Amino acid sequence: MERMPKWADVILVPLVSLILAAIISALVILAIGENPWAALKLMVSGALGSSYGWGYTLYYATNFIFTGLAVAIAFHARMFNIGGEGQAILGGLGVAIVCLYIPWPHWTLAILGATAGAALFGAAWAVIPAFLQAKRGSHIVITTIMFNFMAAALLNYLLVNQLKAPGMEPATSKFPEATNLPSFQDMFSFGETTLFRGTPANVAFFVAVLACIAIWVLIWKTRLGYEIRAFGHSESAAKYAGISPTKIIMVSMIISGGLAGMMAVNNVMGEAERLVLNAVEGAGFIGIAVALMGRSHPFGVFLAAILFGFLYQGGAELALWTSIPREMIVVIQALVIMFTGALDQMVRAPLEKVFIAFNKPQPEPQAKPQAKMGG
Amino acid sequence: MDLLFNIQVWDSTIRLATPLLLACLAGLFSERSGIFDIGLEGKMLAAAFLSAAVAYTSGNAWIGLLAGIGASMALAALHGMASITFRGNQLISGVAINFLAAGLTVVVAQSWFSQGGRTPQLAGGARFEPIELPFAAALADVPMVGPVYADLISGQTILVYIALLCVPATWWLLYRTRFGLRLRAVGENPAAVDTAGVSVVGLRYAAVMICGVLCGIAGAYLATALQAGFTKDMTAGRGYIALAALIFAKWRPWYALSATILFGYLQAIALRPDLIEKTFGFDIQGQLLDALPFIMTVVILAGFVGKAIPPRAGGEPYVKER
Amino acid sequence: MTDIAPAIELKGISKAFGPVQANKDIAIRVMPGTIHGIIGENGAGKSTLMSILYGFYKADKGEIFISGRKVQIPDSQAAIAAGIGMVFQHFKLVENFTVLENVILGAEDGAMLRPSLAKARRELKALAEEYGLNVEPDAVIEDIGVGMQQRVEILKALYRQADILILDEPTGVLTPAEADQLFRILERLREEGKTIILITHKLREIMEITDTVSVMRRGEMTATVKTANTSPPELAELMVGRKVLLRVDKEPAKPGAKVLEVRDLNITDDKGVHRLKGVSFEVRAGEILGIAGVAGNGQSELLEVLGGYEKATGEILVNGEKIDLTGSKSDGQSRRARGIAHVPEDRQREGLIMDYFAWENMVFGYHHDPKYQRNRLLMDNAAIKKDTADKMERFDVRPPDPFLQAKSFSGGNQQKIVLAREMERDPDLLLIGQPTRGVDIGAIEFIHQQIIALRDQGKAILLVSVELEEILSLSDRIAVIFDGKMMGERLPADTDENELGLMMAGMTKGEAA
Repeated sequence: MERMPKWADVILVPLVSLILAAIISALVILAIGENPWAALKLMVSGALGSSYGWGYTLYYATNFIFTGLAVAIAFHARMFNIGGEGQAILGGLGVAIVCLYIPWPHWTLAILGATAGAALFGAAWAVIPAFLQAKRGSHIVITTIMFNFMAAALLNYLLVNQLKAPGMEPATSKFPEATNLPSFQDMFSFGETTLFRGTPANVAFFVAVLACIAIWVLIWKTRLGYEIRAFGHSESAAKYAGISPTKIIMVSMIISGGLAGMMAVNNVMGEAERLVLNAVEGAGFIGIAVALMGRSHPFGVFLAAILFGFLYQGGAELALWTSIPREMIVVIQALVIMFTGALDQMVRAPLEKVFIAFNKPQPEPQAKPQAKMGG
Repeated sequence: MDLLFNIQVWDSTIRLATPLLLACLAGLFSERSGIFDIGLEGKMLAAAFLSAAVAYTSGNAWIGLLAGIGASMALAALHGMASITFRGNQLISGVAINFLAAGLTVVVAQSWFSQGGRTPQLAGGARFEPIELPFAAALADVPMVGPVYADLISGQTILVYIALLCVPATWWLLYRTRFGLRLRAVGENPAAVDTAGVSVVGLRYAAVMICGVLCGIAGAYLATALQAGFTKDMTAGRGYIALAALIFAKWRPWYALSATILFGYLQAIALRPDLIEKTFGFDIQGQLLDALPFIMTVVILAGFVGKAIPPRAGGEPYVKER
Repeated sequence: MTDIAPAIELKGISKAFGPVQANKDIAIRVMPGTIHGIIGENGAGKSTLMSILYGFYKADKGEIFISGRKVQIPDSQAAIAAGIGMVFQHFKLVENFTVLENVILGAEDGAMLRPSLAKARRELKALAEEYGLNVEPDAVIEDIGVGMQQRVEILKALYRQADILILDEPTGVLTPAEADQLFRILERLREEGKTIILITHKLREIMEITDTVSVMRRGEMTATVKTANTSPPELAELMVGRKVLLRVDKEPAKPGAKVLEVRDLNITDDKGVHRLKGVSFEVRAGEILGIAGVAGNGQSELLEVLGGYEKATGEILVNGEKIDLTGSKSDGQSRRARGIAHVPEDRQREGLIMDYFAWENMVFGYHHDPKYQRNRLLMDNAAIKKDTADKMERFDVRPPDPFLQAKSFSGGNQQKIVLAREMERDPDLLLIGQPTRGVDIGAIEFIHQQIIALRDQGKAILLVSVELEEILSLSDRIAVIFDGKMMGERLPADTDENELGLMMAGMTKGEAA
């Protein structure tokens, strides 16, 4: 018995969850003495009101598309990959090594190499937790959290020792010019008009969009996707069908780690053009919220990523012009995760009741024995 | 050998192990009842903040402690509601609570104290002071036992002694009372408890709230005893380490004590690279020492130290069989 | 005769879940000191009724009387207080607690454990003597056998002073011998004045032990009769509403070449338990070998090895060629490539992905088949959907909608989807486990006919079932498995349920005499 039409399940439930998160956030903002409505207006104008705002919003969204896709594909295999943060750090390492030590003639080639390097390093960081889950039953949630901490320590060590550019700062040298990616400003300005002036959005956004499409095809149109989803639904059934749990866990986590790693093409190669300590800055965790809001569907992830890009840039504006600190975004992110992830039933059950109430006056179907009766 | 018998190191160990022990016991109650809790970190952080804030404002560490426990219990109630009443994904709820605490503590700290997301330094009555046990000064010179008593056992803050007492208390509650029997049963087979006419929901909420209290004490200890005030993200992964200790301890109270002391020891020697160099003859990088507890966690989870079987009904929301 | 109040009486009990009327106007009277059976097929409403009696659901309408007094049963505590004790089909025991701890759980005497345990120990001893229910109080549940576990469940009820015992499908996991032991215990309880309600779908049990029986169909009580006055065919007809074929009509088998040869197969599971001990047998083309046995004696592991998701040592040959048992070609894909199809014992846990649509399920296990691919990268979903629609028509799946999720189909139709998938592969060997578990009688007939039809096409079929009737009616040869060993082979014509039952319990006819 279908309790709720598909559109309600896919759009209405996340929307209501978002509204609830927004209401509570507004209450928090009120409680610290600011005006939520004014805050919202400031966020909208700061993030969406000009090409400057969009330049930042889309830049952040690009990060979140990658990390969101990473969490999403792992979710399809029932794996909760919280290690996006660490995998993105490693991706940055991969990008840095590719850009600094290989003499690329042109950015079009450099971006291919960097994407490969980023994905490779990110995937490598996911391999051990995946292997431990598959072979030893070690819970991937805890191991990936541990690997996040380990990645930070590793990066710290490398940036203070091996990879440091001359000087005091724990960071690498700037990447050679041939590896600099065209920004939106470069791409979309013409004649007298300069759009996206000074913003970090760059060509990596389109790589992210391509990734969305590729993952969509993978999950619903290929054998591997079929197997990943089947395993995600039922491990016992997957074994019956000859699908190897080890293979699925490893492959889904490797793809997941690779996607998270690829984020570095955007922030390390596209924006900073060198590797610094706090490159990832929580994007791995926001990916969790994005994947949950987007219901692990690439298109949903795309939309949710833009939403969070808006929140991020809006939050930066708020921090600039009001006394609301940037951490408010973390609070909103937490509320979104809570409502779309854990409190899903709290939103879903009343909505289902509403739909059932609307459907009630239908007569009992005459013909064949219906779906299973209770008891 | 200095590394093993250095009184200061063991003193640090006890002080560092205390929040781990409290958080580990907190997790024990929750998980034994079938509710996975990876939100220990968030509860501790929230408690650390509120206890420091209230201790500063009132000048009294005890009132701060109560406030900290309150904050932790509020988050515990949220986790309970999501996991028990709404039968949601317990792992996601835990992750959300950690983020919520991380963000909210800084937002509120900034709003209240305008010091960039921290509380002011705590002093005087707003901190828990070390307690000198009777005869400590007198016994200090007794060979072998004296320094151990005077410098190690005596001179801890009261929360340390409370934490240590929690271990036998937990054991007694779990294995010698009706409540403990039912709690252990509900984590293994909630249907058995339900059909016996006992409330599964009630038991699980009780466990979750006990978890909240213990995390509250842990967080308050961090901010008002171990350190002197709240700073952003001060829990630094302790909640996760406590989880690892719980698995290492196979969800048993006395093993939890040894496991958390081990992790406390690792954290303590990370603070003494000089001793490590003396013992091993070479320098171990600071970042490696920092990462050591996390690496150890992975090693433990990889099962290289034996198989750990969690409560059978852990992580699964209870739905009545229809 | 004086007017004794019924031990339990229900009047007008009704319960609906949305548009589905699970119980409609149910009325029962059970006199004290009797055994009353309730029989009905899946979905008839038996479990709902029991849930109401035990306080899990509240009836929409109707009244419950215990010994003539009206009672409300809002929760399990009230049911226990009213003297109702329930023995569930799936035991509600804490596996790593002892027998004693399980008995006192929820009925402890006070907040401290030690005194409660001491008191319970004494009472348990007394109960054991009074009713012949011997258990070892300090044994841990996961170490004792199923029969003993069931006795613990009964003791739990008696410890809480139940006068009315409700048993839900109690013999599902017992050998015929253990079932007999249970019936002796029930008779003893009856003598002592206890009232027993036995819920079952097994006609034989009803006939053997009950005094009265009620039949439920589609939520209603269609009849209540004295057991002595009725017969299995009559009860079956009352259950279904029409005449039911209890045995399948079939031609004698025409066995051909050997398709499956199993030699000295041994399986040790990952807990180190030796599940299959040197099993050998063979199945020919055009014949059905039925393996009878109580659940848990190795037959599930046997199917898992043949299906490719369990390891074993020994030899298995299909069409004369060896099968890889432990190496790289020992997986489910390789088995299917060798012409082995598998209808698993648990369709919901293994045979289907409940959230997948029917069309996705129709290629489950066969999703690598080139005919389902559009090119090297992509699957051909359109072709799969069309194929599914055809198969659903041929196998009378209702409704024949490829876009419904598997969980939306009834048990019987789910099973038909699995059968359609496996049978239409034209396999050389078909493995089937519990083909009609949870399937209503109408679909059972259809499924049995399909199995016979496949045999008549010259395929080899290995049938595993805990239902002796099914084994006897379908098989051309019967093998009995007990404790991981083959106890012997028989022809259906040369044996009967008694002999098979003895073998299933590890005994031969000679031993039992």
